Amino acid sequence: MEFGPFLLLALMEGLVGAAVLALTASGLSLVFGVMRVVNVAHGEFFMLGAVAAWFVSQWVPGPPAVAFAVALVVCPLIVAALAALADLAILKRLKHEPEATIVATIGLLYILQQAALTVYGPEARPVPAPFEMRLQLPWFGWSGYKLFVIGAAAAVLLGLWLMLTRTRAGLVMRATQIDRETATAFGIDVTRVHAGTFALGAALAAVAAVLIVPIQQAHYLMGGDPLLLSFIVVIIGGLGSLRGTLLAALLIGLSDGVISTFFQPTLAKIVATLLVALVLVFRPQGLFGARA
Amino acid sequence: MLTLDAVDAGFGRALVLRGLSFRARPSEVTCVMGRNGAGKTTMLRAIMGQVPVSAGRITLDGQRIETLAPHLIPQLGVGYVPQGRRLFGSLTVAENLDIGLMTRGRGRATRDRVLDLFPRLRERLGQTAATLSGGEQQMLAIARALCLEPKVILLDEPTEGLQPSMIAAIRDTVRTLRGMGVAVVLVEQRAEAVLDLADRVAFVETGRVAEMVPAADLGPEAPQFARYVGV
Repeated sequence: MEFGPFLLLALMEGLVGAAVLALTASGLSLVFGVMRVVNVAHGEFFMLGAVAAWFVSQWVPGPPAVAFAVALVVCPLIVAALAALADLAILKRLKHEPEATIVATIGLLYILQQAALTVYGPEARPVPAPFEMRLQLPWFGWSGYKLFVIGAAAAVLLGLWLMLTRTRAGLVMRATQIDRETATAFGIDVTRVHAGTFALGAALAAVAAVLIVPIQQAHYLMGGDPLLLSFIVVIIGGLGSLRGTLLAALLIGLSDGVISTFFQPTLAKIVATLLVALVLVFRPQGLFGARA
Repeated sequence: MLTLDAVDAGFGRALVLRGLSFRARPSEVTCVMGRNGAGKTTMLRAIMGQVPVSAGRITLDGQRIETLAPHLIPQLGVGYVPQGRRLFGSLTVAENLDIGLMTRGRGRATRDRVLDLFPRLRERLGQTAATLSGGEQQMLAIARALCLEPKVILLDEPTEGLQPSMIAAIRDTVRTLRGMGVAVVLVEQRAEAVLDLADRVAFVETGRVAEMVPAADLGPEAPQFARYVGV
C-alpha cells in the first residue's frame, strides 16, 4: 500500500482509539475535577463494562444487535451502581481525602480484578459486533462498526457536555467542583453529588468498554492500558478539564494509531509517556488545567 | 428567630466558641463586633453547620439545626454571604443565582424580585462571576443568598474592601432586607456602619458574647468599641 492510504488507515484506526480513550478519560477527569479523587480503579470499571457485555451477549437471545443494544444500556448502569456503592461504602468514609482515596482505589482495583477472575475466569472472550458492514474505500476496506464506535462515542460526549452545561445536575456538579463548602451552604447535598459523579465516571468507562469489546476481547486484566492512557490524557489535557481531556485524547489516540501502524505499539506508549514528561516539566497544570 | 444557646464550637479540642449565646429577631439588624479571632466568623460557620458544635443548641424558629446535615440548613431559610464572597467564579451571574434558587426559591418570581434590588446584575447575567468588579461580586453574593428567600441572612463583613458608593448601596440593601422582615446578622468592624444600621449589637470576645446592647444606647464614643474592637 502507498504511503498516503497507509497514513489514512493509521489515522482512522487512531480515531477509533481516540474516541474510546476520550470516553474513558473524561470519566476519570470528571471524578478528579468534582471529587478531587484520583481513581486508580477506573480501568477496572472499564474491564467490568466489557465483562458484563460478554455476559449480556451470552444471556440475551436473538441477533447480536439486540444483545449489544441491551449491553450498551444495562452494563453502564450496573457499573455505575457498583461505583456509587463503592463511593458510599469506602470513599465517603475516608471523607474523600486525596491520599487516602488513592490507597483505597488501589485496593478496589484488586478487589474488582479478583472478583472478575473468580466469576468470569482467566480467558479472553470475544463479543460479537452488532452488525457486519464493510466500508469500501478505493485503497482498502474498513469495518463499518469502527465508524459506529467513533459516532457513538462522539454522541455520548456531546450528551455529557450538554448535561454539564445545560442541566441542573450539571450546574450542581460544576458548583461542587469549584467550592464544595459553599455549594453545601446553598443546599447542595455534596455526598449525593460525589456518589453520582463517581457513578457517571464509571459509566463512561463502561460505555467505552462495551463499544470497544467487539473489536478487542473481554479479559479480566484489560483495565491496565485504558487506565494508563487515561492518566496520560488527563495529565496532558489538565486535571479536571473536559475540553483538555478531549483534545489530549485526540492527540494521544491519533499518535498511538499512526506510530503503532508505522512502527510498533510499544513505541507509541513511549512517545505518549514522553509527552506527559514534557507537559509535567513545562506546563505542570496541563494544556487546559488551572494553575494551582 | 435564630437562637444560639451556650454553644461550644471548633475543631477537636481547639474550641473557638465557648458558651456563646446569641439571638437574631425578624425585621432587625443584629451587628456582631469583635477583634480578629474573637469568633465572629466561626459563629456564622457554626450556624451553617460548617464548624462542628460540641455543646449547646442552635435553633431556628424553635427547630434545632445544629444536629442537621449542613446542606439541610439553607433549606430551612438561612442565607449566608461568607467573607471573601466565595462566588462560583467560573459560573455566570445567572448560574450563581440559579444555585441559590434551586433549594428554596420560587423560580422566576424570586429571581426577578432579587434582580430588582440589584439592577446592575440584570445587565450582566451572562457574564462570569470572576470578571465582575469587587462591588458587583458582593452584590451577586448577597443576591445569591437572597434567592434562598431567607428568613435569616448572615453577612460576614460585606463591605470589606469596597469603594464608598458600593458600601452605601449595600447598606441600603441591608435596610431593605430588614423592611422585608428578614433577620439580618451582620459581622461588621466599622463603628459608624454599626451605628447607622444596627438595631442591636453583640460584642464578641474570646468565643462568647460579652455584651448585647441596643444600638440606640451606643454613641460614637461608646466604651464598648474600644474595649471589644479596639477602635
